[in-house]
Parts: sequence; structure tokens; C-alpha cells
Amino acid sequence: MVEQVGDAFPGIGADAAEYVDKKKYLWMLSVLWPAVPVIGLYLVSATGWGIWYGLLLIAWYIAVPLLDAVFGQDRSNPPESRIETLEASHYYRLLPYLTVPVHYATTIICAWWVATHNMNALEFLALALSVGVVNGLAINTGHELGHKQRKFDRWMAKLVLAVVGYGHFFVEHNKGHHRDVATPLDPATSHLGESIYAFSTREIPGAARRAWKLEEERLARSGHSVWSLRNEIIQPMILTVILYTALTAAFGPLALLFLLVQMVYGWWQLTSANYIEHYGLLRQKLPNGRYERQQPRHSWNANHIASNLILFHLQRHSDHHAHPTRSYQSLRDFPDLPSLPTGYPGMFFSALVPPLFRALMDRKALAWADGDLGKLQIHPSMLKYYQRKFGKKAA
Amino acid sequence: MAKYQCPDCGYVYDEQQGDPHEGFPAGTPWSAVPDGWACPDCAVRDKEDFIVVEESGPAA
Repeated sequence: MVEQVGDAFPGIGADAAEYVDKKKYLWMLSVLWPAVPVIGLYLVSATGWGIWYGLLLIAWYIAVPLLDAVFGQDRSNPPESRIETLEASHYYRLLPYLTVPVHYATTIICAWWVATHNMNALEFLALALSVGVVNGLAINTGHELGHKQRKFDRWMAKLVLAVVGYGHFFVEHNKGHHRDVATPLDPATSHLGESIYAFSTREIPGAARRAWKLEEERLARSGHSVWSLRNEIIQPMILTVILYTALTAAFGPLALLFLLVQMVYGWWQLTSANYIEHYGLLRQKLPNGRYERQQPRHSWNANHIASNLILFHLQRHSDHHAHPTRSYQSLRDFPDLPSLPTGYPGMFFSALVPPLFRALMDRKALAWADGDLGKLQIHPSMLKYYQRKFGKKAA
Repeated sequence: MAKYQCPDCGYVYDEQQGDPHEGFPAGTPWSAVPDGWACPDCAVRDKEDFIVVEESGPAA
């Protein structure tokens, strides 16, 4: 079979014969999560309280980080001998598919709601940002499906990415980010000391440019123009235009405004994820000019169970980057991984306050590099600051 | 016609079938695949990393 990089560590406490996936049915939370804004609308109509427009925001930024603190980490791994069964299970495969129509339903219902109900500006914003967060996670669902080889999965990925107008992720993430991660070539790897705001101006256009270039190269090999329906960036983009045009035609300009706000905030969720997933990390260049292989240690990991259950295990990012075709149910933890102090919701929030984020992460990054600033990617304007702060240790 | 396999994810490039989606029509020899081409499934291994899994007929 194929080599197993980073597999020197067996599953922690895993015994193949007795193994039961305790998370099996809890993964349904990842399917239900994108429906939370609609549950909020139900509560608004049941109680008349406008605060429920922000139900998702309260859950995402307050409740889930608290649950992460309370339930802590789940470090259990499936035994290697069970991976094949897990990967082949129809149940696990079905859940990401089911998530796709939930994203569409939430988007359509909320677009209809803003056009037909009296809301003040704050309520409108709360709902639009809520849908932005869940549709940011449409990129997560698209991410899980886009790594698969089956045609159906790949079309489902394009379909769900279209909800949030980020179809180019399908190309950019696999062939761009995964390949170049934790190197200076990757616009989707953040640098030590770089704020999320500075990062976003590098990441969003950089990822779009790289995706376009990759598609151009692929299509040129078979003699096709990049301006073709074969272009896998144009395909989902057409779906987005159809969806947004239809909803605007049906519900009017308020629906369009809502769609644009949720789209931008959806993109921001991806930017947040990229920002925290490889902050400062660097793969070393080898004498032959290539970068060392993508190993689990080149991604920040989080085993926090509560947030993992609503994110299809995205936070087990270390194993994901080392073995991108592994499905969510099979992702493993390893000892000595660089680890985030809390799950993504709490980290996304802290990223909004750069000094707070740096206080949480910089020392961890330095420890990862054994105190050697030369082994990290550092934002140029911050280099002197870090040299003063941490000293300039010889490599 | 030989077959080459990605050592991480198991993707197989079969010269006989090529990979039309990637722009390599059936019959495209491995030597015509550009250096630095990343595995289309996992993208964490490049052409240089692939291993021969089946060699038949005239030397590839």
C-alpha cells in the first residue's frame, strides 16, 4: 500500500476489536449547525424578541467556546485497521451531502425573511452575519467534499461553495494551499506578527489569483481556453450568479444586500481559518531546492470536541494536511502537535484583536521552533520587535 | 505502458488511460507529464515522488 508519513504513533488507547466510534451520531451536529439561524427566526416569531436574530452569533462566539472549555479535548483515534471500514461507510459519506441542502435552505429562508419582515438595521446585520458564519462553514463542507475523488462529491462541493460565492476554493485549496502550505509561496499561510486584517489583503486576492493560474495551466494542457465552461472556477460562479439573481428577483434589493453581507462574512470565516491554521509555521527548504514534506507539525491542531463536532473535524488539521484525502471520521491526533489553546470559534474571535491573538500564540510558535526565529515565517515589519522580545538565537 | 502511484494517497497514473481531466489524454507517457506536477488527488506529493507500480511492454 502507500507510505504512512507521521504514522509512527498508534491510535491512543485504540483497540481495533473493541473500537466503537463514540462520535458517530454526534457528527449530525455538523449537519444541523447551518440551520441554527432558521431556528433563531422561529424563536423570533414565537417570542417576538429580536435578540434571537443573533442566536447563531451567541452560539458561535460564546456558547461553543464555553463548551470547548467545559468538554475539553478528545484525543481518541480510530485504530488503523478500522480506517478502511470507516472510509467506506455510507453513513459518514451521507452527512456532508445532507449539509448541502441545509445551507441552501437557510440562505433562501433568511433572504425571504429580510424582504418580508420588519427588522431594524441591527437585527438585519445580526441575521446576515449569522448566515455569513454558517455559510463560511459551507466552505468547510465544500472542503470536505472537494478532497474526494468521486465526481458526485466534487459536484456537491461546487454546489455548496456557490452558496457563498467562493467556488474558486475548489481549485485553490487542493492544488494551491495544500501544496504550498507553510512556505513563502502560500498566500493562505499567515506569518508571525501579521494581523488578520493585513493577512486578508494578501490571502483573499492571492488565493483567487493562484486558483485562476492553476486552472489556466490545467486547461492549457488540453488546449482549452481558461474562458471555458470546463473551468472549475467559472462553473460554481455561474451557480452563484443564478442563485443570487433569482433570490434578488424574487425578494428584492434587501435580499441582495443580505446576500452580499453574508457572502463577505462567509469569506471572512475562511480567512480566519486560514489565518489560525498555520500561523508562523514554516517548512524548511531542502538542499535539492524542494521544501520538506507536509507533516502533521506544519498545522496548528485542535482536539476540542464541541467545536470539532460542528466542523466535521476540520480542527484536526495536522493529520488533514499530511494526508488530505482522509475523511473527517478518520482524522487522527498525534503527540507533540502544535496545538491551539481553544477551538476555532474562540480563536476566530481572538484573531479580531491582534494583541490578544499574539499573546495567545506567539510563545507557542516560538516553542514550536525551539526558540529559533529563523525557523518561523515572520511578518517583515515585526521582525525587529520579535528579535528584541525573544532574542536572536543562532540556528 | 506503465503505471505510477502517489505514495501518499494511492492515486495511480496509468499511461494507457492518461488523465484527461488533468490535460493528459489516454496514452500520454509519464515522461510527457511536466516535472513538479502535483498529485491531482492529494497535491502533497509531486511527480518526482511517484513510484512505479506496474511496468509492462517496452521500457517506459
